[in-house]
Amino acid sequence: MDRKIRVVVAKPGLDGHDRGAKVVARALRDAGMEVIYTGLRQSPEQIVKTALQEDADAIGLSILSGAHEYYFKTVIDILKQNNADDIIVFGGGVIPEDDIPTLKSLGAGAIFCPGTNTQETISWLKEAVAKKRSME
Amino acid sequence: MLDSKELEQIREQKQHYDEQVEKSISKFPERSENFTTSGGIPLKRIYTPEDIQDENYAVSLAFPGTYPYTRGVQPTMYRGRFWTMRQYAGFATAEDSNKRYRYLLSQGTTGLSVAFDLPTQIGYDSDDPMAIGECGKVGVAIDSLADAEILFNEIPLNKVSTSMTINAPASILLSMYIAVAEKNGISMDKLSGTIQNDILKEYIARGTYIFPPKPSMRLITDIFDFCSRNIPKWNTISISGYHIREAGSTAIQEVAFTLADGIAYIEAAIKTGQDPNIFGKRLSFFFNSHNDFLEEIAKFRAARRLWAKIMKERFGVTDPKAQMLRFHTQTAGCTLTAQQAENNIVRVAMQTMAAVCGGTQSLHTNSLDEALALPTDKSVRIALRTQQIVAYESGITNVVDPFAGSYVIEKLTNEIEEAAVKYINKIDELGGMISAIEQGYPQKQIQDSAYDYQKSIESGERIIVGVNKFQIDEDLRERKLLKVDASVGQNQIKKLHAMKEARDNVAVKEKLSKVKEAAQGNENLMPAILDAVRVYATEGEICNVLRSVFGEYKENVVL
Repeated sequence: MDRKIRVVVAKPGLDGHDRGAKVVARALRDAGMEVIYTGLRQSPEQIVKTALQEDADAIGLSILSGAHEYYFKTVIDILKQNNADDIIVFGGGVIPEDDIPTLKSLGAGAIFCPGTNTQETISWLKEAVAKKRSME
Repeated sequence: MLDSKELEQIREQKQHYDEQVEKSISKFPERSENFTTSGGIPLKRIYTPEDIQDENYAVSLAFPGTYPYTRGVQPTMYRGRFWTMRQYAGFATAEDSNKRYRYLLSQGTTGLSVAFDLPTQIGYDSDDPMAIGECGKVGVAIDSLADAEILFNEIPLNKVSTSMTINAPASILLSMYIAVAEKNGISMDKLSGTIQNDILKEYIARGTYIFPPKPSMRLITDIFDFCSRNIPKWNTISISGYHIREAGSTAIQEVAFTLADGIAYIEAAIKTGQDPNIFGKRLSFFFNSHNDFLEEIAKFRAARRLWAKIMKERFGVTDPKAQMLRFHTQTAGCTLTAQQAENNIVRVAMQTMAAVCGGTQSLHTNSLDEALALPTDKSVRIALRTQQIVAYESGITNVVDPFAGSYVIEKLTNEIEEAAVKYINKIDELGGMISAIEQGYPQKQIQDSAYDYQKSIESGERIIVGVNKFQIDEDLRERKLLKVDASVGQNQIKKLHAMKEARDNVAVKEKLSKVKEAAQGNENLMPAILDAVRVYATEGEICNVLRSVFGEYKENVVL
């Protein structure tokens, strides 16, 4: 049987809006994934550390404070420093469409904006993890 | 209350009606087998006098301005004057935000509402490593009195009332406001406004806490006492259901958890020897106005009645002003859609009408683009105009409590109150709100509701126009959105460092040590904090002193 998908759902920085992160975390869990939810106020270093410790396939970043560019860049940089940039980084929140190409060029796999069906996130993540594992 | 003969007649007619309905349904089924409010209260097909047959008008409704204030806190409501139109705003630097405030005042807002950035809300200066990337993003960056002076430049603080969304470091920002006024020759007894100062909902739903519950409650009750003595027109707290609802609660949970927070503050202040007849007059509330029009109107009325009863029956409060639930409302941010964002104007208009029919004292209307970014000048203007259209054109402001006597509204008002009481009893059983929060109770309840809400959208049971029905292909990149430039943070840090070099650092050190002494003892913390602010000690410096004495709160992660 396939190994369960392991995903860290994280709230970087000072943003307190955790409704979306918690809903997505539960939806991923209900879809059979193993979800580690970090809680609020996580530094990029803490998030990467959690992902490495938990042997995560993916990190989901939830940001509604406008600080998305900084946090995506920093988390991805630290993953690279740890030779762990095979870990998929995706995210969502209040993120203007115009900023999405930038986040993707930094290495984000997908950005899910308000109104996204959680099933869309689930099927994207399953596919992305399958692809990642096929290359291992 | 009806006599039995009238009731009998109604029952007979109802039976006849039900028979007709049966026939009709067999041919044309209704849209759904069960109808409920947004929060899940079952809705009947029709409400009649039978549903409120036990209602005693004089007891449970009475007249506006009279206990239990179900019909409103003032006798004339909007026939006297409209609610305060107060648009929450703030971004980037103090200069930028000051410009936005003066623009809003020129467009007819009647009160200011300051949004601070996250570092300010969590007690970090702009140069703190924790502040990287966040400076000026969701609100204005305020590090010291120097920034506050710019923020309120040329705004008549003796005429405008100012609401500040600040919680854990509320004492510091209130002190800055007092100090700016002093510099303009306005004494603090002339000031009016509100600080949010509601830490419990930060632990439950909003997340900008700093210190653990015990010292946090002390900071709050110190403010109650200081303001009772010195700033009699200041609302010392805004006990907020808004964020609880935004986090996903139902309308009933919003009322219940907010009033349970209120109970915790009253109990804490009474323990310090304060009289709820005095500090109770300056408590204010903050609710959400969501989409379900009928449920929302009933919610506001139920909250008002229940709070009056709590104050009178639980705390023995006799001063009418301390029994009244006065509240600010904001339309529900979580109902705004990124898809076909123009539709949000209509949602906000409906929510505005619900808040007005529910008797709000002040209102913020959201802007159509807020599911995407902070609002532009134009979208803020539309939001303000929405309030003005409801005020001046809709006609609903010409009669006090216009939905009173509606069978369904009165029934829902009763049902929301009863259900909220059950939650409050449960919280009492858990040892009060602080203990309930430590056990994760309200957090879990809210999360469950949020998850149910999301599932109902995904199953198509709940329709959100433009999101899961009536979708179109649209290019979201064509929007003009407000962007806060990364240089804002750099400039703010430069300003902060220049200010620190120019100030009297000996005085700062001395005043900060006084704050520490006060924190270690039992005296009221406000005077020491105000003195530190006056000599330009920064917010981060003061908070770090308090952190060293009080420690920091650690979230109880519940999923």
